[in-house]
Amino acid sequence: MMDLHLPAWAIWVMLAGLAVFIVMFIIILRRNHGVKRSMFSTPYALWMIIFTIIPCLLVAYYAFTDANGKFTLDNFISFWDSNHEMNKELANLGFDPAAMGFTRGMVNISTLVYSLWMAFLCTVICLLIGYPAALFMAERDFKLGATLVTLFIIPMWMNFLLRTIAWMSLLEDNGLINTLLVSLGFSRVQLMYNNSAVLLGMVYNFLPFMVFPIYNSISKQDYRLTEAAMDLGAGRMLTFIRVTFPLSLPGVVSGITMVFMPAVTTFFIPRMLGGGNTEMFGDLIERTFLTANNWNLGSALSLIMMVLILLSLGLLRKVDPEGEGGSMI
Amino acid sequence: MRKFLKRFYLAIVLFFLYVPIAVLIILSFNAGKSRAKWEGFSLTWYAQLFSDKAIMNALYVTITIAVLAAIFATILGTLAAIGIHAMKKRPQALMMTLTNIPMTMPDIVTGVSLMLLFLFTKVERGYVTMLLAHITFDTPYVILSVMPKLKQMNKHSYEAALDLGATPIYALFHVILPEIMPGVITGAMLAFTLSLDDFTISYFTTSPLVQNLSTLIYSQARKGIKPTMNALSALMFVALLILLLIVNRRSNKAVDKN
Repeated sequence: MMDLHLPAWAIWVMLAGLAVFIVMFIIILRRNHGVKRSMFSTPYALWMIIFTIIPCLLVAYYAFTDANGKFTLDNFISFWDSNHEMNKELANLGFDPAAMGFTRGMVNISTLVYSLWMAFLCTVICLLIGYPAALFMAERDFKLGATLVTLFIIPMWMNFLLRTIAWMSLLEDNGLINTLLVSLGFSRVQLMYNNSAVLLGMVYNFLPFMVFPIYNSISKQDYRLTEAAMDLGAGRMLTFIRVTFPLSLPGVVSGITMVFMPAVTTFFIPRMLGGGNTEMFGDLIERTFLTANNWNLGSALSLIMMVLILLSLGLLRKVDPEGEGGSMI
Repeated sequence: MRKFLKRFYLAIVLFFLYVPIAVLIILSFNAGKSRAKWEGFSLTWYAQLFSDKAIMNALYVTITIAVLAAIFATILGTLAAIGIHAMKKRPQALMMTLTNIPMTMPDIVTGVSLMLLFLFTKVERGYVTMLLAHITFDTPYVILSVMPKLKQMNKHSYEAALDLGATPIYALFHVILPEIMPGVITGAMLAFTLSLDDFTISYFTTSPLVQNLSTLIYSQARKGIKPTMNALSALMFVALLILLLIVNRRSNKAVDKN
């Protein structure tokens, strides 16, 4: 029998809740009339309150309190100035941090800027590689299109950590690429532990998320529109620019969201391929929580991340108000 | 020429996607432990796989959690979708927002927030907490796969069944469920694969004592991955491929019959 590791009161509360719920459900279901189907979503609503709403509120609570549970904005100031805590301690001891040469710490801000920049580059590269791929696959006279889309999905079945590690065995100093270069008479190249390696890993992992929505939105298009454009004298290029591309924009928008969001917060890829030289915002959050054990600062960083994502989603909604971008599913 | 260039481009992109996978599968047959040097063909890693306790444990955790989470999420999500579909506009919009929150939140924030919940309530992290987390992130995807099927359904068949004397639970199983079954199956499969592949959320909601394959790989990554792990992932990859081929063939046959 497995050890549940739960405190006794939690088990009692859960059992009581379950019992109340089952009794309610049976009473409701046994009556024929006046039953509302909308009641079926009650368990889900309760579940989401416990496991989504309350955890989010907890993040906010920790972000605005200090280790003693008192309200404070220090965590956000520490985000802006990573030396804030240290300088405060020094000031408490009667020193003047500014006179001692301690200025504003830029670690957190520069990590955020770096992550945004890397995620932006990753999104642009994915778009440049993925758009033509989606376009070619969605062509009407290309019979293999649907099969090829499946081929884009299959790699995602292999654990993404293992795929990233497989890149390491390709890029290492003694890796396959370097062995190949040396045997061809070239000198070794340092391929790992730099920005390009991290970028490569990110593009590799997130490219399918750009291809699917674009493929969906192009293959859904009414082919007669392109035909009409051609009949009216537009060339291939003009048809693409004036018809196909504008109609595929919802797909592009949802592709950008689906690549950019995980790219900003990834924390495994930079750690492996960047070798710790390239910390991204996801790493910072993880490290603050688990290594530095500072839940308050970690929560503040998570909150900032969430707000940034919501803001960018709001911006994208403006471009694609219907929210119609063909999703992956 | 134009066609050839397009095909060539697609071939290159797919090559890029499959290179690391090929490397992994080839390395799983390598006699030596090295990640870069070929030391002859062997099946040692496959033989050792089944006696590797850590990997077998992680495999057990991964698969049982994926199955349990998929079952729970499918029941919870299907009921929820039926309920939400029958709601008036305002509460419906509210519930859909609630469903969209976890899908727009980055994994790391979901993981961290659930971790805080468990730390705050002093529930020790382990198998159960990981299962709860997986159910939480799976359920919205089930709802989103079931919803379209509900929208296609005739609005009045449920009420007709009730008028003819069916109890709500009878109507649920004999009227609604058969119609939305394809969506339910898609949702269940999606939930299963998402849970099978999850790393970030599991990482924050479990303890080092209970590991799934992803967190085990993560903990081994710095010391170097054991080649047995490559063997396991190659096996799982092939198993999933075969499953896909069977499903495809079946659906093709069904199409032929019609």
